[in-house]
Amino acid sequence: MALIECKNVSLGYEGKPVVSHLDFTVNQGDYLCIIGENGSGKTTLMKALLGQKNLLNGSIEFGDGLKQSDIGYLPQQTPVQKDFPASVKEIVYSGCLNSLGKRPFYSSKQKEKAKSVMEKLGIIDLSTCCYRELSGGQQQRVLLARALCASKKLLVLDEPVAGLDPRITQNLYHLIRHINEDGLTIIMVSHDIQAAADYASHILHVSRTPLFFGAKNDYLKSDVFREFGGGVK
Amino acid sequence: MSIFSYSFVQNAMIAGILISLCSALLGVTLVLKRYSMIGDGLSHVAFGAMAIAAVLGFAPMAVTLPVTIAAAVILLGITDNSKIKGDAAIAMISVGALAVGYLLLNLFSPSANVSSDVCSSLFGSSSILTLTKGDVIICTVLAAAVILVFVFLYHRIFSVTFDEAFANATGTNAKAYNMLIAVITAIVIVLAMNLVGALLISALIIFPALSAMRIFKSFTSVIISAAVISVVCAVGGIFASVLLKTPVGSTIVAANIIVFAVFTVISKIKSR
Repeated sequence: MALIECKNVSLGYEGKPVVSHLDFTVNQGDYLCIIGENGSGKTTLMKALLGQKNLLNGSIEFGDGLKQSDIGYLPQQTPVQKDFPASVKEIVYSGCLNSLGKRPFYSSKQKEKAKSVMEKLGIIDLSTCCYRELSGGQQQRVLLARALCASKKLLVLDEPVAGLDPRITQNLYHLIRHINEDGLTIIMVSHDIQAAADYASHILHVSRTPLFFGAKNDYLKSDVFREFGGGVK
Repeated sequence: MSIFSYSFVQNAMIAGILISLCSALLGVTLVLKRYSMIGDGLSHVAFGAMAIAAVLGFAPMAVTLPVTIAAAVILLGITDNSKIKGDAAIAMISVGALAVGYLLLNLFSPSANVSSDVCSSLFGSSSILTLTKGDVIICTVLAAAVILVFVFLYHRIFSVTFDEAFANATGTNAKAYNMLIAVITAIVIVLAMNLVGALLISALIIFPALSAMRIFKSFTSVIISAAVISVVCAVGGIFASVLLKTPVGSTIVAANIIVFAVFTVISKIKSR
């Protein structure tokens, strides 16, 4: 069975639909990019996948033993975080919270995992640094490390490169591709159609209703891509 | 003979240390979550509730604790609801409670000297030095509960404070933790009213956290140093107020202001 199966899903708030008639599946190892403009419903869809209840119609089913606590999430940065006194280590550790169960403190196994993730992302040297003093790209790596500590099967990314300069953006996209090649399933919400075309394996293009869902190569030949992304290339 | 041999000073010290410790622990979270104004609003509600207790002849805490907790839950609900402007609602509730409290005390007060009663509950002029053994026991139990909650839920509180969206998405019930923080805030405020009075409680919550954040850069070090700053200021303040015959509450707050100023200067020098 697929990791996630969405059947005729409509999402919205207080009975008002934001996005409707979504039908798609995500399989183990996929790299799905959900693209669309602001207000297209892509963020609402992502929140629904993360278990926040805004389902009006249809069903979202998890398969392959996927549980809510297997999902890691890289949210957009909030204003609160800009002056937050926290070390890199503290933030990355907090990604292990969903495997804490009822225990109050982290085990040495969880700390080991956090350390190996920090090594993989090249931020182990920063582990005692203060988060608010890092550059934008470094901060995003820290949040990605936290998300990786939380994800056992699936990683959900919300506009991961927003506000980063082009070189850092490319680095981050490469990093995410490596993470995907290591076996983690990825769902990325983005309005960067070009990057989606370069890196994703599957594309879901929404604009209050789905305009396209399928493999990337089919997307590149589609009318939707010609209309929305054709001008970029 | 040391002033510590008086039992009222001992009681004041015990209560002062525990209350300042709790308020500092809580303060870091409140400041970082941008909930400082909720704390301020709740302290006014606590004053209104105390006025009602005085008029009805009940023990103050029997009324202030449930009323303040209820107000905390309501205020948090309002702040989460984007349709109503949170700051206006907080201002409305807080100033309303203050006015109604003062009105009730003037209309129905059993005591002859209303203005001195009001002054004492707003600025805590002497109440900390008149604590009974029972007050100290209640204070100790509630403070111990607050501290235990903080120690055992430390990592979860960190996660919810740093990033609610992430905490929610990865299976931590952020809403429940926000509610818990609101309830603890209410408890701490009711306790702290004895120490510094209703109008000065916010200082006890906010100053140690802000001072600590000037210099320290990790969450753990900020929490620990805020607790130390708060306790040192409380002990120093009570000491100074007994010796200099100044009001306890404002002396403690003055100590906090001095520490904040010193820490600000140190951080400016360090960042050069």
